Amino acid sequence: MEILVCIKQVPDTAKNEIAVNIDGSDIERDDIVYSVNEWDHYAVEEAIQIVEKVGGSVTIVSVGDKDVDEIIRREMAMGANNGILLSDKAFIGSDGRGIATILKAAVEKGNFDLIMTGAQADDCAGQTGGMLAAMLDIPYASLVNHIDVMDENKLKVGREIEGGNREINEITLPCVLSIQTGINEPRYVGLRGIRKVASVEIPVLDPSQLGIAVESVGSSGARVKRLDYFVPEFGKGAEILEGNMDDIAERLIELLKAKGGIR
Amino acid sequence: MAQKVFTYIVHKNGKAYDTAVEMAAAAGRIYPEASLTAIVTGSGSDLDNVCKEVAPFYNEVWKFENDSLSYPNAEIIRKVLVRNLPNDAVLLLPHDTFGMDLAPGLSIKIDSIFISDVVDFISLEDNQLKVVRQEFNGQVSTHIISDISHGAVLTVRPGVFQAEDLKPSSGKIIDKSADAGDLTAGRRFLEIVEAEAGDVDITKEDILVSVGRGIEAQENIEMVEELAEVVGGAVSSSRPIVDAKWLEKSRQVGTSGKTVKPKVYMALGISGSFQHLGGLKGKPFIVAVNRNPKAPIFQVADIGIVQDILEFIPVLTEKIKERK
Repeated sequence: MEILVCIKQVPDTAKNEIAVNIDGSDIERDDIVYSVNEWDHYAVEEAIQIVEKVGGSVTIVSVGDKDVDEIIRREMAMGANNGILLSDKAFIGSDGRGIATILKAAVEKGNFDLIMTGAQADDCAGQTGGMLAAMLDIPYASLVNHIDVMDENKLKVGREIEGGNREINEITLPCVLSIQTGINEPRYVGLRGIRKVASVEIPVLDPSQLGIAVESVGSSGARVKRLDYFVPEFGKGAEILEGNMDDIAERLIELLKAKGGIR
Repeated sequence: MAQKVFTYIVHKNGKAYDTAVEMAAAAGRIYPEASLTAIVTGSGSDLDNVCKEVAPFYNEVWKFENDSLSYPNAEIIRKVLVRNLPNDAVLLLPHDTFGMDLAPGLSIKIDSIFISDVVDFISLEDNQLKVVRQEFNGQVSTHIISDISHGAVLTVRPGVFQAEDLKPSSGKIIDKSADAGDLTAGRRFLEIVEAEAGDVDITKEDILVSVGRGIEAQENIEMVEELAEVVGGAVSSSRPIVDAKWLEKSRQVGTSGKTVKPKVYMALGISGSFQHLGGLKGKPFIVAVNRNPKAPIFQVADIGIVQDILEFIPVLTEKIKERK
């Protein structure tokens, strides 16, 4: 099975506190550590596990600037065969539809049976996979947390739905799946694995190589625009207990007792 | 003529989800004089019951009845909507596991703009719709603007828009089953596998000691278990702990886990995404401990403590033991 996994480089929320910059035009990006989007990381692992079972190849693709090469390489080190970077200044400022348009062009350059994305990324929109499938006019399933390969033409996939229940579907290939976290346990890749892919060539494709009209993507093509960032305020907010840790613990115990929080 | 706004009604076992009314309330925030149409698909008496249930909140209810629609397969329902929605339609869907499945692809097929997980509507001027949505699991918000003159597909966060201001309507139920069109798709629903019951039923506990990503390592779960024991509660968690297989799925609080209604909820190292908070009902007394003062959990908690849980939990546990 030929599998394409679409990944995104995002600020690593485990290593950074996300704050709004001084004029609200962006998040604070000084000293920020980037990593692969967590959902995409699970998708890469799942693709590799499928190929380990039934054969084929895994290709990693990403839209971004030249630095994204490093993230693609790190994911390839898990056991993917190829990497492709889609990079051009014309891609900057793309909305969801723009990103899907760019990825569609990359999909059409190959001969993929299965295309995976993460269920969502840093912007929490969860739109790329569904848009891409619709543009390609192939079936789609979102929030996938289980995959069985039935034969070369179809998969059985589980979707995570409300209450932790699993909705089982049969889906015809080629198709697009958006992957939910927890579907597998992504493997750890040591230095040796990373060294193995250090010199692999990752082609960089631009709009002309992809056959994309530049006005359909990037900020010029974006129909949905982000105006600014701001810090949300909901409700009244918590009463913050301050002081040294012992005092805080003592006061919390009194509060918990009053509310039935200690039996 | 009043602007027409459409909603797809998510329902189960003959009962509409709360979002059926929330979407009507949300539509009123975009166009106060909107003419609202509910689209309901399904089969049998369940479908009729849902149509009757939502009719008081909508001007029209479009009913599509067919055995192929008895389970809501987004790939089939998309076709029904593409065929039946007028050009330039504005369609609202809940941002839940169904809306997320349907909406992005639908927006491509009807060539409309798409905005997901809207939490507030700010303004509509000269067809420019301005809304609020969130990024980074609610750590920051953004204003989004888009021209909706050629239609829009919007998913709206469940639980945000309440129906108090809705004027009662008496929706006319229109049977559109004959217009459903092709009801086949490359994805076929087979069955639902129910979540496994765990050793502890966290939905029945009055005290939940809930742990999130801030616990950092599997071996640290033990200190949370000890705290739960000394307070007489049970351990629950947010999603990352279950994804990492450090606790059973049955311990997960959230829209994709359990819906709990404890009296006291201790959120330890949990940032407080809306999916997590969506599983917390009954207005519990919430204590949040998180070293990030900007964590969204502090917006909803009663008591906040800005500390590293790995240092704070052992101190708290020890002090409770001393007093016993």
